[in-house]
Amino acid sequence: MGDLFTTVSNWLNGILAEAGIPPEAAEWIFAVGRAFLLGVSGLLLVVFLIWFERKVVARMQDRIGPNRVGPYGLFQTLADMLKLVLKEDMVPPQADKILFHLAPVLAVIGVVGLWAVIPLAATAYGVDLNVGVLYLAATGTLGTLGILMAGWSSRNKFALLGAFRTVAQLVSYSVPAMLAMLVPVMLSGTMSLAGIVAAQDGFWFGVAAPLAALVFLIASLAEVARAPFELLEAESEIVAGFHVEYSGIRFGMFFAAEFLHAFTIGALLAVLFLGGWRGPGAAEFPTLGALYFAAKSFAGYFLLVWVRATLPRIRIDQMLDFCWKVLTPAMIVLIGALVLVNRALAGTSMWVRNGALLGVNVLVAAGVISLLSRSQSQSHAGAHGRAPGKGAQPCALAGMGDEAEAAS
Amino acid sequence: MTLEQILFLVFALIGLGLALASVTMRNLVRSAFALIGCLFAVAALFAMLDASLFVVAQVAVYVGAIATLIVLVVMLTRLEQQERIPQTHRYWPAAALLAAVIVAGVAWGLWQYGFFDQTPPALPAADPIVELGRALVDPEKFLIPFEAVSVLLLSALIGAVLVAGGANKKERTE
Repeated sequence: MGDLFTTVSNWLNGILAEAGIPPEAAEWIFAVGRAFLLGVSGLLLVVFLIWFERKVVARMQDRIGPNRVGPYGLFQTLADMLKLVLKEDMVPPQADKILFHLAPVLAVIGVVGLWAVIPLAATAYGVDLNVGVLYLAATGTLGTLGILMAGWSSRNKFALLGAFRTVAQLVSYSVPAMLAMLVPVMLSGTMSLAGIVAAQDGFWFGVAAPLAALVFLIASLAEVARAPFELLEAESEIVAGFHVEYSGIRFGMFFAAEFLHAFTIGALLAVLFLGGWRGPGAAEFPTLGALYFAAKSFAGYFLLVWVRATLPRIRIDQMLDFCWKVLTPAMIVLIGALVLVNRALAGTSMWVRNGALLGVNVLVAAGVISLLSRSQSQSHAGAHGRAPGKGAQPCALAGMGDEAEAAS
Repeated sequence: MTLEQILFLVFALIGLGLALASVTMRNLVRSAFALIGCLFAVAALFAMLDASLFVVAQVAVYVGAIATLIVLVVMLTRLEQQERIPQTHRYWPAAALLAAVIVAGVAWGLWQYGFFDQTPPALPAADPIVELGRALVDPEKFLIPFEAVSVLLLSALIGAVLVAGGANKKERTE
């Protein structure tokens, strides 16, 4: 039972060979089967994720959450799904029919596709791509396209506004997200996700570069467009954003894609920064590794739910300021410093090198925080006697305060 | 023909069809999305040639960045006018002739090169990404072009900041 995945695949291979299927065809069948299994189990996971999130958020807000259907309300999501499927599927008469129908499919593909390269255990992954990290970035753009398509094809002003916000937010935040993903790539010397996990033997990248992990988490949170970044669908501003015209199962597809994407961020955090399936005894028993991976992914997902339940939504100018004036410059400085330190200490022991990397992270984080607090106190000092429309921007870096002073 | 060859042809035909659609469609947004589909078909062709880096670069750069911008710009245009504007102008036969000559020239060149009956060389055993990375920082190979492109992109970036920042300042002082 130590290696469930190899056992099962050997057993299936035996069955196929006995049935007289040539090995090449068996390989094809396996590839299709793996893709099918990953996709379906990913989408089925959503049923559990929605229950988990509702339960956790409810507890944080001193409520009980779903508790009527099934034990602990576990089957509540199934009932909701049934309702969504049975609801009337309405298409606005002015809508662009083809694109309107294609958009939710793209949104789901963009998320499910990510699971193709995520190593679930030492011996279990869809495919070990040598450009895995780039593949993640490429697949993520499909979701953006889906949202753009949905916003335009609905022929609804609120939907279109939501789509425009999408481009501003998702395209901006993919820059710090990519820069943060570059750190594990740099430290491991490979873009393959399995290789990155293998390189975290003994020292997780999240320990050596916690700032990169944090930036990755924030930027990914913005890319999923969840609270506090849910500007694309801010109910109080633009009704429901890009999916305002969607109903029934098509809305359900957007919904499922969003939940699965949030969990996928947890999984990617685990793979890139928390050692993936690594843990005591995981190298000998890959089945155990899958359990570690699931636990780490859920820990990351819990963090996202926690943030969602506690933080208020930020304004769009704050959101863009934070991306371009804080996260991106901080990541560029961090990567430069990490490259130098990692190269200079290439010959030393693992502990010295990782300790130095951690020190660099702490230094950069301290620098960012001191710059931020300086600009904040400046803009507070300058806020007196200014027109209310030109309020202070707490997220701006130092220097912005001076400009605002000169302007007023 | 093997299954791979058939699939390659299918993807090539899909790409061609979508390329044609993107220049002939009346609806600009649809034609932009057809262009995106065409870029995806090209990525599929790269995938069938085992060029995984090109696949993801094609999708990340063209579909992710460029096509998204195209779609955004197209969405901002007035679509009602598009229905009445003619799609060709009077010099189109000359343009078609020029295009045909170029296609014929490329095809002839490939034919002369003996491209069609050569078997491709086997892929090197080493990780091609690592090879590419080494080549980009090797002074004997691509270091100079790589740095030249970096400088070009950096100047474009600074220029963009300058243009945007300058406009902002003017607005504020007014």
